Order: sequence, then structure tokens, then C-alpha cells
Amino acid sequence: MSAAARRAGAPRLLEALAPLRRRPSVLLAVTVVAGVTVLALLAPWVAPYDPAAAVGPTQAPSALFPLGTDGAGRDVLSRLLHGARISLAVAAVATLVAATLGTAVGAVAGYAGGRTDALLMRLVDALLALPRILVLIALFALWEGLPLPVLVLLLGAMAWFPLSRLVRAQVRAAASLEYVLAAQALGAGRARVVLRHVLPNVAGAVLVASTLVAGEVIVAEAGLSFFGVGVQPPDASWGSMLDDARGYGFAHWWTALPPGLALALTVMAINHLGDALRDALDPRQLPQP
Amino acid sequence: MAAVVTTLAFFLIQLAPGDPFVWILENPGIDATLRDRLRAQFGLDQPVAVQYVRYLANVARGDFGHSFAMSQPVATVIARALPNTLLLMGTALALSFVLGVGLGVVQAARPGSLPDRASRGLALAFYSVPDFWLAALLLIVFAGWLRWFPPGGDASLFAESLAPWRRALDRAHHLVLPALTLVLVTTAAVSRFQRAALLDTLAEDYVRTAIAKGLSRRAAVLRHALRNALLPVVTLLGLALPALLGGAVFVERVFAWPGMGSLLVNAVTQRDYFLLTGCVLVGSLTVVAGSLLADLLAIAADPRQRRS
Amino acid sequence: MTDATSHAMGDARGDGTSATPPPAASPLLEVRDLRTYFRTDAGVARSVDGVSFDVAAGETLGVVGESGCGKSVTALSILRLVQPPGRIEPGSSVRFEGRDLVTLPEAEMRRVRGNRIAMVFQEPMSALNPVFTVGDQIAEVARIHDRASKREAWRRAVEMLALTGIAAPAERAKQYPHQLSGGMRQRVLIAMALMMNPALVVADEPTTALDVTIQAQILELLQDLQARLGTSILLITHDLGVVAETARRVVVMYAGEVVEETDVRTLFAEAHHPYTEGLLRAMPRVGERRERLAVIPGTVPPPTAWPAGCRFHDRCPYAWERCAREHPPLYAIGRRGGPPHASRCHLAEEPERRAHPHPPLVAQEART
Repeated sequence: MSAAARRAGAPRLLEALAPLRRRPSVLLAVTVVAGVTVLALLAPWVAPYDPAAAVGPTQAPSALFPLGTDGAGRDVLSRLLHGARISLAVAAVATLVAATLGTAVGAVAGYAGGRTDALLMRLVDALLALPRILVLIALFALWEGLPLPVLVLLLGAMAWFPLSRLVRAQVRAAASLEYVLAAQALGAGRARVVLRHVLPNVAGAVLVASTLVAGEVIVAEAGLSFFGVGVQPPDASWGSMLDDARGYGFAHWWTALPPGLALALTVMAINHLGDALRDALDPRQLPQP
Repeated sequence: MAAVVTTLAFFLIQLAPGDPFVWILENPGIDATLRDRLRAQFGLDQPVAVQYVRYLANVARGDFGHSFAMSQPVATVIARALPNTLLLMGTALALSFVLGVGLGVVQAARPGSLPDRASRGLALAFYSVPDFWLAALLLIVFAGWLRWFPPGGDASLFAESLAPWRRALDRAHHLVLPALTLVLVTTAAVSRFQRAALLDTLAEDYVRTAIAKGLSRRAAVLRHALRNALLPVVTLLGLALPALLGGAVFVERVFAWPGMGSLLVNAVTQRDYFLLTGCVLVGSLTVVAGSLLADLLAIAADPRQRRS
Repeated sequence: MTDATSHAMGDARGDGTSATPPPAASPLLEVRDLRTYFRTDAGVARSVDGVSFDVAAGETLGVVGESGCGKSVTALSILRLVQPPGRIEPGSSVRFEGRDLVTLPEAEMRRVRGNRIAMVFQEPMSALNPVFTVGDQIAEVARIHDRASKREAWRRAVEMLALTGIAAPAERAKQYPHQLSGGMRQRVLIAMALMMNPALVVADEPTTALDVTIQAQILELLQDLQARLGTSILLITHDLGVVAETARRVVVMYAGEVVEETDVRTLFAEAHHPYTEGLLRAMPRVGERRERLAVIPGTVPPPTAWPAGCRFHDRCPYAWERCAREHPPLYAIGRRGGPPHASRCHLAEEPERRAHPHPPLVAQEART
């Protein structure tokens, strides 16, 4: 990205975000997300016990085990912390994959126009019609020994569709802006124009959409793990913790409550951030044609 | 246009589980004759492309292959399970639509007020919560602690011996918790959308015209603004169907509701290729059909879309 | 905002309106000291700041001014269509058919809207609901106020469409707004306004969004309908040409106030207020040879910060130090026995100043 374009894009983004600092709910959301991230990163050092080891009989929360132990005798708190690592890592990478794919496809479609555009959008429409969870479940069920990185890739691959439409719309709007036309008049090639001039403008919208995608992906991974096809033991994610709880008929409420609560709070915080971002950036980002 | 979408979806479904994976033929659960028949019929030892064509041909005839897990033709199994899922989804959809629109209207009427912000916060919570966890919570609280509702299944053990209407009542009793889960989540989503849509329409000029004609604000909102604000919501429902199906699948797993979700569970644990493919295919077709319906509704409702 | 001197100048009522009352019986609409303020984070916008005028039965009163002068808000205020954060300030009065509309209970006001006073809006496309047929929307008026049956209301709606000159009205009524042309849509709005044969029609820039040729047709239609039905029309526009054609009397607004008020002929022949002069000069006329369009230098001030003294003084070619200091009342300047004429300008007291025009303050500041 040229220095000038970056200079133009970044401060505009930052100044648009400034009013957000004042809203208490946004600050709360940021705190939650940051907090969870930090805990996840530090899990191996903060967790009191080995998440995979049985450390005592199944019991409700107590002084020794702040969140109790699950059906197999493992400490719930430690599992929760380690589970955060997996859940967040998966979500982050998958979101990145989705964002990249979505932006790429959307940019190509929006900029190329014509039949390429129509074809790509038809494709996206059809893909959107697929019940994503079903497809993922089937995929993962059939694929024995699915390595985690592949799981992440596939999650991301199924999440990029709405993003591509958004990017396409933005690209189309941006493509008619004056300085883009000016760049073209100067002889800049298509790729150059897209990368340097159009994309920086689109960044804001992509950011907002990515937060929403992140929320979806976390829930999707949890869902898949809950179904038994996502993260496999000995790794534990919040979703698989819930599946374990289900395996015991939900008899122990302290095994079901924490992972779900953690999921809910994290996703809520992310969603709220996405909402707030959207409110802050929406009309200001792209100048009206 | 509709045909194109259907065909594409169809084709893509095949693309997904059809990735070169483990051959389930090695499953010991089927006897030799059946295995041979399937191999021949579906061309399982042929290149992948040929398989697709064969599969499509078979499906057109109604044969989805054979389920190893349940030892029955896939078509039969699905035919039994699908209505249950449809019942669940349909109930949830209808209720969510009504409640979501109502809530959105109330919120948009006084934006920024306390009821608005409070209910929006709640809606955000329900919208973000993973549906299977909500299901688990509801199960624990209402079926476990309070024992107001049964913990699972769609009928009590003794249901067979009951009179028809009692049986229906029993069924409904079992339907409450799973449906409630879906309703809570979907209503949240619908209300978010409806509120935004209504706020947009309220700013339109024709609302002012309506008031200038002598309508009370309430009548103007309900008759003029709402009619326009419903349009995007209907479209949204069409788009939300895939997610709803996903949600239904999870909820079924938690409550052991005998629909596609439970089938899927079986298929997953047993690595049942045909059943899995069948489920995905049928699920996708259902969703596509539903969205088409929603699209048609939207076109019918908006005179600007009709081509006279 | 009244001034002691204005009383001396023949302001018998002491409220800023011209001393000579309008002709004939008591007026249909009496607006007195209307103030509509908008309280926003950016400050208080005094969009309408003490406006008074009358509309007699059967006459067309033109309200002229640039955007930002408050004419649209005045129209909306009459029908109490102003939304928060806008508010009609206490002390304002809009008397109509023996009642003050400002203090009327909402339920009563609803019976007035569309029934006794109707409004025609500027943008015909957005003013009509896209999902209902035009027939439905017109008929709705009768169903609201007369409790007419669907069939009866529909019949009257078709009649109304015919009255506004739309061909094949029965078929047109079944169509949707997006299927009609701009001119037709405006006729629909007019039909809607006239359904209950109101005493007053408030038309807010009814022709601005239309082509010039259609404009002429619509204006003709309005005049025709007025002649036939005896409706009074309050015509709001920025276009002096429109006013010249259709209005009997004119009110010129600037910066939330009335700055000149008289009948059309006098306005065009003997405009008094420098702003009116400027408007007249700015109208391009056929047959004129000019190198540049004569423009009033400067821009309309924002309603959150009206200038001190006379609000036009920084753009006025005749202003002197009194103008910056003293806010002029509405002076009565009509000749005895001649038509009533009022102008909010100190030139009424010191007419000799008109002989010394100079570049207005804004132009001078620009140069320094």
C-alpha cells in the first residue's frame, strides 16, 4: 500500500473510532474480549491443573476446584482456560481465512463486473443457500483424523460468503470515485488500482463484517465440537466441554454452565463491538457518490 | 433463475462430502450382496465424476442409497425424520416471526427509551448465545430442576395408548422446550432486523403524508410504515433458513427430538456415508425450497417487484 | 420583537403586522408570532422566529424565500407536523375557523388535517407509499374523515383524479406510484389534498421537483381548482416566477422572519426590502442582456446564529450602522388608499439612504 493511501486510510479510521471510547458498553466489550484473549494466552501458566488429567471425584465447585470437576474427574476451570485457547485460536485464524477469501472474491467480482461478476455472485448465492452446519458436520464426520489446521481452514472456507457480497458492493461504489478514475487515467493497471486505492476504503466495512464473522465462527466451532466432529480429545474446546456434559445427561450443572457462559459472553462482546464499529464507521467511511 | 440456483446448490452439495475420503464400503455392517449392489448402482469404484452422475440419477428415482447405521434405505429413514424437523422449524419460524416483528415495532416506536435499550440488550444476548447451550440450559432448568417439561423425545412412552388428541397434546408438550430454544434465538435476530427496517421506513416521507391526511401516528406507523418494513424482514427469513436448520439440528441433539438432527448423530458416529450425504442433500433442498417461498412472498408483497 | 417606532408608523395592532387589515371578511387563517425552534446539540435553531400573516378565504398567498429561511417549517407548523426536536414555542398562535391550532388537542387536530386544511408536498415520489395503489391512498382520506365505505371512497377518489385532469382515472387509480410520471404523481397528491374539499391547501414547493412544462400545467390546475372550489392556497416556493403567476398577495421570508408583505403587482413594481430587490434582480429575464447573473453576495446565515440587528445587514447594499445595531420591526409603508405594504427595513424611516449603495459587508470582508 502506498504511503499516501495508508496515511489517508488510517487516520480516517482512527478518528471515526474515537467516539466509541466514550460508550461504556463498548469499553466493557473490549475489556471482555481482551481479558479472554489474555487468559487464553496465559492458560498454561494460569490453569491450576492439567486439563486432561483426572484430579478428583466428580464434584460441584469447591475451594479446591473453583468450578468443580467434570464427569471424568477433570478440573473444569483448567479445561475452561485451555479451551479458551483452542476456541479463540480457531476463531481468529478462521476469521482471517474468511476475510481474505471474501475480500479477494468480492474485490474481483466488484471490480471486474460483467459476466465474471454475475457468475461469482450466482456461485455465492448458491453457497449461501447451503445449510453450513450440516455440510460441515458431514464433512468432518467422513474425514477421519482431521487435523486441526484443516478444520480451521474449512471453517473459514464456509464463512466468507456474506463478506464477499459486502466487499463487492463497496468495491463497486468505490470504483466510481474520482481518484480511482484518475488513477486509471494515469495508466495504472487494474490490480494496482484495486490494491492501492480501492481496498483501503473498503477496510472499514471489512473490519465490521469480520467481527460478525468471528462471532459466527466461534459458535460454529463450538457447535461442531458439541456434535463430536470438531475438536477431538485430548484437545478441549468450549464446545467439546459441552458435549462431554451432555454425555452425562447434563446431570452436573457446573460442567455445562461455565463453557456456555464463556462462549456467550465472548460472542456477545464481539457482536456488540461489531455493532458499535458499524455505527461509528457506517456513513462516514465511503463518501456518498 | 430459481432453476439455476437449485441446480447449482444440488451440484455443490455433491461437491462437499464427495471429496475423496475414506471408503465406507469397508464397513463390516453390510453383507456382500448389498455391497455389490450398491457398488454397481452408485458406481463406487468409478472415478468421482461418474459417481456424481450416478448418484443424481439414483436420487431422481428416489433412491438415496442404504443406511448402514439403521439398516434401512436412506429414503425411508429420512422420510420419517424430516416431518419432525419441519414441525420444529415451522413452529419456531412462525412464532419467531410474530414475536420478532412485534418486538421490533415496539422498539422502533420509542427508540432510545428504556424498554428499547433493555430489550435490545436481551435480544443481543439471545442472539449471541450458542443455541445448543441455551437448549442445555433450558433442559437443566425446566426439565431437570422444575420438571415442568419432559427432558426429551417427542412422545412419552405410553403415548401409543392415548386417544389421538391427547397424543397430540403430549407431542406439543414435548415440543415446547426445543421450540422455545429456537424461538428465543430467532426472535432476537428478527427483532433486531425489524427494528432497523422500521426506523428506516419511519423516516420516509409517505409517513408524513399519512399524518397530514389525518391519520394518528399509530395508525400511520402500523398501516403505512410497517407494511413497507416487513418486506426486508421476509427476505431475511429466507436467508435465515440455513441457520435455522443448523440450530434445529443441535436442538434435536440435546432434546433427542427424532428429526434430522438425531439421524445426523447416528450417521456421524457410524460414519454412514449415504445417510450423511442424504441428510445434507435433503437439508439443502429444504432450505432452498424455503428461500424460494420467501422470495415469492416478497415479490408478491412488493408491487415494485412485480412485472405487470 | 416589536419596536416603539413602529407604532408611530401606523402599526395599530402593535404586533408587527401592517396597519391596514386585509380586505373583505375576517381572514381564514391568522398566523401570529409563530415561533418554531429546534433544540439540538449544536444549539437552538430558530427556524421560524416570529412570523405573522393572514390568508383570506379564496385567495392564494405566496410565501417566497431561499432554502433555510424557514418557509417549509412554517407550513409544517401550521399543521403541527413538526417532529421533535422541533417545537412550536408558546406564544405562537395559528387561528383557523375560530380556533387556535397550536393549542388544539391532538385528536381535534387530526380532524383538521386532510379535512379542513390539506397539504401538498414537494417530492411526489417519496410522499406516496410505494406499496399501495394511488387510488387506495386517495380514498384513504375519505375513509378517515367521512367513514366512507371502501366502494364509496374509491368512487370519490376516481372522481377526484378526473378533476385533476388525469386521463382514464379509473384505470390509473389501480396503479402504483412507480408506474406514474412525476406530473401525474403530483396530481395525485393534489387530488388527495382536495378530497374533503378543505378550506385551505398548503402547497410546499409543489412544482420544484417537476419539469418546467409540467410545472405550468400544475400551476394552472391549482388556479383552476381554486376558482371552482373556492379553496384558499398557501403556496410556498423559492421561485418568484411561480408566485407571479398564481398568487394574489406575497410574503417574503428571510432568516425566519417576514421581511416584506404586499400584493403581487406592488411587489414586482415597487419592491421595498433590499432582499426582495436582490431576488428580483437575480431572476434571469428573457430579452435581457447581461454578462453575469446578479447574485446576492454572501449566504443565508444558519438558524442557530441569526445576525444581530437586521438579519440581512451584512449582505445589504444600503446598510448603515443602525442596521447592525437595531432589529427592524415590520414597518407599514403602503400609501394611503393604496394596497397594504409592509417591509422590515429601516429604509422605511430613512429612505434617503437608498441613494448611497455600497458593497455589502460580506463582500468587503472577503476582500480584506
